Amino acid sequence: MPSLNSWAYLFLKGSTSSMQATNLLILLLGFGVLAFYLGRGRSLAIAAPLGGIRKLHSLPSYYGMHAALWCALPSLFLLGLWLMFDESVINSLVIGSVAADIAPIDTATYNLLLNKVANLADGILPRKGQTESILAASDHMQSLRVISSWSLTALLLALSTAGLFWGWSKTASDFRARPAVEKVMQNLLLACACLAIFTTLGIVLSVLFESIQFFRSVPIYDFVFGLEWSPQTAIREDQVGSSGSFGAVPLFVGTLLVSAVAMVVAVPVGLMSAIYLAEYASKNVRNYAKPALEVLAGIPTVVYGFFAALTVAPFLRDLGSSFGLTVSSESALAAGGVMGIMIIPFISSLADDVITAVPQSMRDGSLAMGATKSETVRRVVIPAALPGIVGGIMLAVSRAIGETMIVVMAAGMAAKLTANPLESVTTVTVQIVTLLTGDQEFDSPKTLAAFALGLMLFTVTLLLNIFALHIVKKYREQYE
Amino acid sequence: MSKPVDHLNKIKHSLRRRNRAEARFRWYGRVAVFIGLAAVAVLFGDIISKGHGAFQATYINLSVAYNQDLIGVDNLTDPDELAMGNWQALPKAALRAQFPEVSGRSDKRKLSGLLSSGAGYDLKDRLLANPLLLGETESIWLLADDDIDTYYKSWLAGDAYAARLTDKQIIWIEQLHQQGQIRLQLNTNLFARGDSREPEQAGIRGAVMGSLLTLVLTLMLSFPIGVSAAIYLEEFAPKNRWTDFIEVNINNLAAVPSIIFGLLGLAIFINFFHVPRSVPIVGGLVLTLMTLPTIIITSRAAIKSVPPSIRQAALGMGASKYQTVLHHVLPLALPGMLTGAIIGMAQALGETAPLLMIGMVAFIVDIPGSFTDPATVLPVQIFLWADSPERAFIEKTSAAIMVLLTFLIIMNTSAVWLRKRLERRW
Repeated sequence: MPSLNSWAYLFLKGSTSSMQATNLLILLLGFGVLAFYLGRGRSLAIAAPLGGIRKLHSLPSYYGMHAALWCALPSLFLLGLWLMFDESVINSLVIGSVAADIAPIDTATYNLLLNKVANLADGILPRKGQTESILAASDHMQSLRVISSWSLTALLLALSTAGLFWGWSKTASDFRARPAVEKVMQNLLLACACLAIFTTLGIVLSVLFESIQFFRSVPIYDFVFGLEWSPQTAIREDQVGSSGSFGAVPLFVGTLLVSAVAMVVAVPVGLMSAIYLAEYASKNVRNYAKPALEVLAGIPTVVYGFFAALTVAPFLRDLGSSFGLTVSSESALAAGGVMGIMIIPFISSLADDVITAVPQSMRDGSLAMGATKSETVRRVVIPAALPGIVGGIMLAVSRAIGETMIVVMAAGMAAKLTANPLESVTTVTVQIVTLLTGDQEFDSPKTLAAFALGLMLFTVTLLLNIFALHIVKKYREQYE
Repeated sequence: MSKPVDHLNKIKHSLRRRNRAEARFRWYGRVAVFIGLAAVAVLFGDIISKGHGAFQATYINLSVAYNQDLIGVDNLTDPDELAMGNWQALPKAALRAQFPEVSGRSDKRKLSGLLSSGAGYDLKDRLLANPLLLGETESIWLLADDDIDTYYKSWLAGDAYAARLTDKQIIWIEQLHQQGQIRLQLNTNLFARGDSREPEQAGIRGAVMGSLLTLVLTLMLSFPIGVSAAIYLEEFAPKNRWTDFIEVNINNLAAVPSIIFGLLGLAIFINFFHVPRSVPIVGGLVLTLMTLPTIIITSRAAIKSVPPSIRQAALGMGASKYQTVLHHVLPLALPGMLTGAIIGMAQALGETAPLLMIGMVAFIVDIPGSFTDPATVLPVQIFLWADSPERAFIEKTSAAIMVLLTFLIIMNTSAVWLRKRLERRW
């Protein structure tokens, strides 16, 4: 029994690897602070006989920073890499060397075995009643983990000490510490700025990769043009009614229907209120009404969803039945209408921006020709602001398409191909949530279908956004 | 040749038409603003009218005898024995003592249904805190069941909702009411407990803690990274295609649907890097990526508003570019950046969809204490409760929404206040 080892393991790992990481991080930070003071102290010591810090190339704190950066940065980098790949390396080593009788044959048994071994090694599963080879594998995993954590600690200590010494020893009166530190800082800033690109890349890669896997089992043509959506795949061969067809057209139609309802509510109200507040309202009204409208933009979508599902939908159903209409209790009208309310401030603030950007001279010209105020707005201001307004509406459409919580809570689950807003429809986002919030294997076509839908959603909204932002930017330049 | 009078008439006529159109247009505008404001009022009114009741809960006063034989526990310090104890017998016996005339199995069950199923454990905690009570009798207010709670509140309001109660239960409640043994009290459970399947025992403490942990992580990551990126793009970036590309990327990311960030988190953090599901770490990472564009854009605007003369003065005094930025531009831009950070955090606090993707939607009773404990967040808790079939959860959901909106209003108001107070006009 590796009792000493498991004691060391507990001590080092602190029972979880995240605690070990936190401990090491704190250690590294402490080392960095130490390095700062050592480097700074050395530069002061060097400067003293030469006649003060004036004789140094840089201020003393830059020498300290230089040493601290050398001490901490490489070690942090190593720590990050180690934490990322530590587990997968250990797993493949363990599974690669298990006895032949339990060797996995496919992915499913591989994952099962891995889980079992890991749980045994963590002490979650009791060791009693397990086969010899499994126990051997879990011991192997345990010892590898101990080795890994020991070597990580040792390597980090060595690396940071070496870095500290190197940075410290470079300190000299003619060493250009400030440019060196600033160079590192600039690269760090650049890395932060590039994170936006990595995020986009990560989105594209993650959705694309899973989608390609999905399109291997379901042809892309059937997905984009298929008229039937029922993602329940059969678990048993003889199951009835679980053919698993992935035709996404009903979802696209449902999404468009809900978004169209939202736009019918949001565009006139948003636009007219922006015009009224920008052109007609007194300063007092504007000062109060504008922030009050903007409250709508700050309300979380889950609140709108609750409002739509519990207040608006029953109200519309009762209203419909009093007119003799059958309105579904999960109608597209309720979800779309509430979504429209959510988008009102979005459209009104964008429209307000572009309307106030139209030069006053254009209004004055029109008014001087005898046009009334509304004629000026309709014939001069709106045409001049049109590109900006169109851009704003497109951004709003992209928001409506990607909106999730309102439709998850207030729209239906059943994919129906209809253009009647009184019926229940389902949308792309609802299906993504439904497909991914159950317990299922990651590689089943059901889960992968969610990523294919995500790809569609991302592509459409991205195109809308790029186009809209381009229009808005161009418009802005026109009057600047 | 037409007479000039005709022209005048024509103009007069058209002028009337045009003025009517003008008045109509003005009314369209008023109606539009009114619709928007009415939506705000209806939304808040609806939530408050549904949720205000949840801040009070129904309690029933009973005299409880801590009968050792009933519980079956000899030693109060032995955890095994405590776990085996029949704690539910205590409130049951107290109810029987209150209504001695009740007989028959189903009636007795209905009678014990007056109290929350957690009442016995509340008594256990009370006894453990004060072991001297063993063998004594005391009069105590016990939490009522959610159906009783719903009925009693609606009955007090004059519109009794009795769908889930039997006639006998209603009579019992009336008797209790006449004797002053049932009343509404401040609902401390709502703020002190985690989630529960029983509406009367469910609270938002776990979700609030989860939100707090997730937001702390989001702020710790997104603020430094966002500010650094903004500094780079505003002050150091050369004007070239790469910089343009970064800019286009940031602007587009700000408009990408939030659910896509959830897919990213699921594919990259959970399936690739094997970060555990449902923990604040992965929630914080996803929300960081989501709020970064907001923070970068507002921080850039704040840096832009610092006049160039400040930079020129610093450079003229011999400061390096970095010293200029760190010592002069950054402090002056900080209020604007903080405002942006608060707005970004408010956005992250209200976000639900991406967190559903990464498993923060699980039913979690325990209150999370660290970044690696399974947790849920306030909006997701609202979503879960809104999905629950029990009627009493409607009230709870609305109350949770009120708490969430209060936090958001505080955050947004403080952002506005900060901007007004600290931002300098040049």
